[in-house]
Amino acid sequence: MAESPIYHKHEAVIVGAGGAGLMAAGNLVGRDVAVLSKLYPIRSHTGAAQGGIGAALGNHEEDHWEWHMFDTVKGGDYLVDQDAAEILTREAVETVYELEHWGLPFSRTPEGKIAQRRFGGHTRGEGKGPVRRSCYAADRTGHMILQTLYQQSIKHGMRFFDEYLVVDLLMEGGRTAGVVALSIADGQLHVFHAKAVLFATGGYGRVYQTTSNAHALTGDGMAVVLRAGVPLEDMEFFQFHPTGIYKMGILITEGARGEGGKLLNGRGERFMEKYAPTMLDLAPRDIISRCIAQELREGRGVDGKRYVHLDLRHLGRDVIESKLPDITDFVRTYLGIDPIEELIPVQPTAHYAMGGIPTDVLGRVVVDEKNTVLPGLYAAGECACVSVHGANRLGTNSLVDILVFGRRSGRDMARYVAESEFPALPPQPAEQAEARIARLREGSGGGGREESAAVVREELQQELMEKASVFRTANNLVQALDRVRELQQRYQQVRVQDRSRVFNTDLVEALELGFLLDTAEVTVAGALARQESRGAHFREDFPQRDDQNWLKHTLAYRTAGGGVELKYKPVTITRFQPKERKY
Amino acid sequence: MKITLRVKRFEAGRDREPYWAEYEVEAEPTDRVLDLLHAVKWHQDSTLAFRRSCGHGVCGSDAMLINGRNRLACKVLVKELGARITIEPMRGFSVVRDLIVEMEGFFAKYRSVQPYLIADGEPPANERLQSPEQRAKFDDTTKCILCGACTTSCPSFWSNPDYVGPAAIVNAHRFLFDSRDQAAEERLALLGDRDGVWRCRTIYNCTEACPRGIEVTRAIGEVKKAILLGRR
Repeated sequence: MAESPIYHKHEAVIVGAGGAGLMAAGNLVGRDVAVLSKLYPIRSHTGAAQGGIGAALGNHEEDHWEWHMFDTVKGGDYLVDQDAAEILTREAVETVYELEHWGLPFSRTPEGKIAQRRFGGHTRGEGKGPVRRSCYAADRTGHMILQTLYQQSIKHGMRFFDEYLVVDLLMEGGRTAGVVALSIADGQLHVFHAKAVLFATGGYGRVYQTTSNAHALTGDGMAVVLRAGVPLEDMEFFQFHPTGIYKMGILITEGARGEGGKLLNGRGERFMEKYAPTMLDLAPRDIISRCIAQELREGRGVDGKRYVHLDLRHLGRDVIESKLPDITDFVRTYLGIDPIEELIPVQPTAHYAMGGIPTDVLGRVVVDEKNTVLPGLYAAGECACVSVHGANRLGTNSLVDILVFGRRSGRDMARYVAESEFPALPPQPAEQAEARIARLREGSGGGGREESAAVVREELQQELMEKASVFRTANNLVQALDRVRELQQRYQQVRVQDRSRVFNTDLVEALELGFLLDTAEVTVAGALARQESRGAHFREDFPQRDDQNWLKHTLAYRTAGGGVELKYKPVTITRFQPKERKY
Repeated sequence: MKITLRVKRFEAGRDREPYWAEYEVEAEPTDRVLDLLHAVKWHQDSTLAFRRSCGHGVCGSDAMLINGRNRLACKVLVKELGARITIEPMRGFSVVRDLIVEMEGFFAKYRSVQPYLIADGEPPANERLQSPEQRAKFDDTTKCILCGACTTSCPSFWSNPDYVGPAAIVNAHRFLFDSRDQAAEERLALLGDRDGVWRCRTIYNCTEACPRGIEVTRAIGEVKKAILLGRR
């Protein structure tokens, strides 16, 4: 059944065409670049970001990148590498101006400058109160960023391979040599021979049952490099956004609270007053999600159900319809509720992976405790871990991250491909991918009963949601790890029913499930090992942060016999010594 | 409630004619049509092919013809449709498989209108200034997600596939009325061409079809007016 793959040769290959991938591509203009996306680029999940991009422009009030840096470090519960956070917050400013110059239609102040709003964890004067730092375009900032970057890629005549799913990373002689991809439209395998490869494949929120993430977010890039021997960093830190639409998980931007929205429990109390007296509803997401979970646990949900209310009513029609039009539309469409007059039922929703493929500040992938660079391999955006988000990302910083480090990756790739020769391709580069696909399509499943990818995926999502989300314990994590490994075994029996080669999305979903299972395993293994509570990782059996033993990054490797090996590397601390985290 | 889902199916290169498949699905009134498609794909017939990603109406992957109207499967709920739901691929593009259509021609037309800011000269060190009033002139057309619902609901496009179509015009409008853009003349010349805005017969199907609520026909009208008056 296997037929020969089709070969391509490009100096640089970019996998993923969201904000990070397109930003990198824009900085490789003039080089020979191929951009691969399993979707059409304009469908990428960057487009779902709502509230804004943080940059200390100071268009409304005094602000400084140093304050932004402090907030980022404290927001990340001091697990942030501070050299990277300094770059993030300094370069945020010029990056936002660059986007404006490319045409991004920001909302404007009366003087015509870029409008900014308050956002969770962003403060003036290192914690004195909220500051207007989030540069926004209504509540569709990510849409505007994705559109603007895609427009630039058209202007520059970028070469795209749309609806190509990357399934393997190729290495030869310790260097990156390319990738193997499946063309979804016709089932053909392609080998892309390259000097440098950037992974910009986004997150893996689909590992949880309730998530704000698109169906496409299945950890592809993370799992592909993990299988190639690269570790994943800090995967136990997964952010739950406090305000997902009840049951559906669809995001209601923190910008709603930035504009003055309040959270109320079932008794109508503004419960954040007791947990975060200064920042209230604009405390960071990990804290608010935990507070909501606590309120629910203590029986103060609404009508005994597992949600609280987001109250926007006092903002008035004008503010709601002009500054928050999309979330207003979502609430009307999916809940049949008008946020101008009614309360919105919300619950925490799996939102963002702080961890990912470890990189340095040039986007180069590093593979050990000494930050040894793997030549030619790059990662940027949610799939990467620089680490600028530490144990908990601040709102708006994901958009800053994709742009600042997307750009830095692109620039360093341009240098690297100019200086280096093509490595050899490994012999039979598509062999593993062919075998994996053949097993899913045609394999007998080794004698056991056949499994359905959909069923295994649903069980995985439920397990992670119950045992590895906002509150965690050793007991639950042990069970979850056993369960994930059992599901990995059952995955070997998965067989796709669809025999076609044309848009075989049954096969695509089965491959994606394999990626999800691998990311789930390192997430749970890292969470079980980390015996402390920090940022989004909260262990009920170890409720305190433990800087003595755990102020360090996790590096999770996949071992030869399956399973996970954990190593650790130090956190880079420059300006801000760890302190108690209060809001 | 029990829903009967009728889906038009076809695979290019295999089937000579499209055919109807019928599925019974258990659903809540608040379920999205996309949830029904997933219920079929994940628990009844995994060969059913459709595109989707974000699941809440912002990525533009899952535009299709649902009970005779173009909509996003993730943005229409069962309670709006009743117990019998008919789903077909968008009209006017060739069908690749089931609900998946060939989009390349659509994107080629989008690219043909130079959908990017054209502004000569060094930009300032900070942002270019633009008043909220100037910004408001093109706000509506910045919302486009390129799903194709407007273009494939347009009878003028069905009868003349060379017509650039409403989606491309919307994206040209977004730059034409942006105070920072300096290529109005070029853009107006492009759209004044024989396959440009004059193919529009003001039928309003596009406006009705747009899942983002863009007043597409109005935007096309503003472009026509700009061509006639020679200015924005």
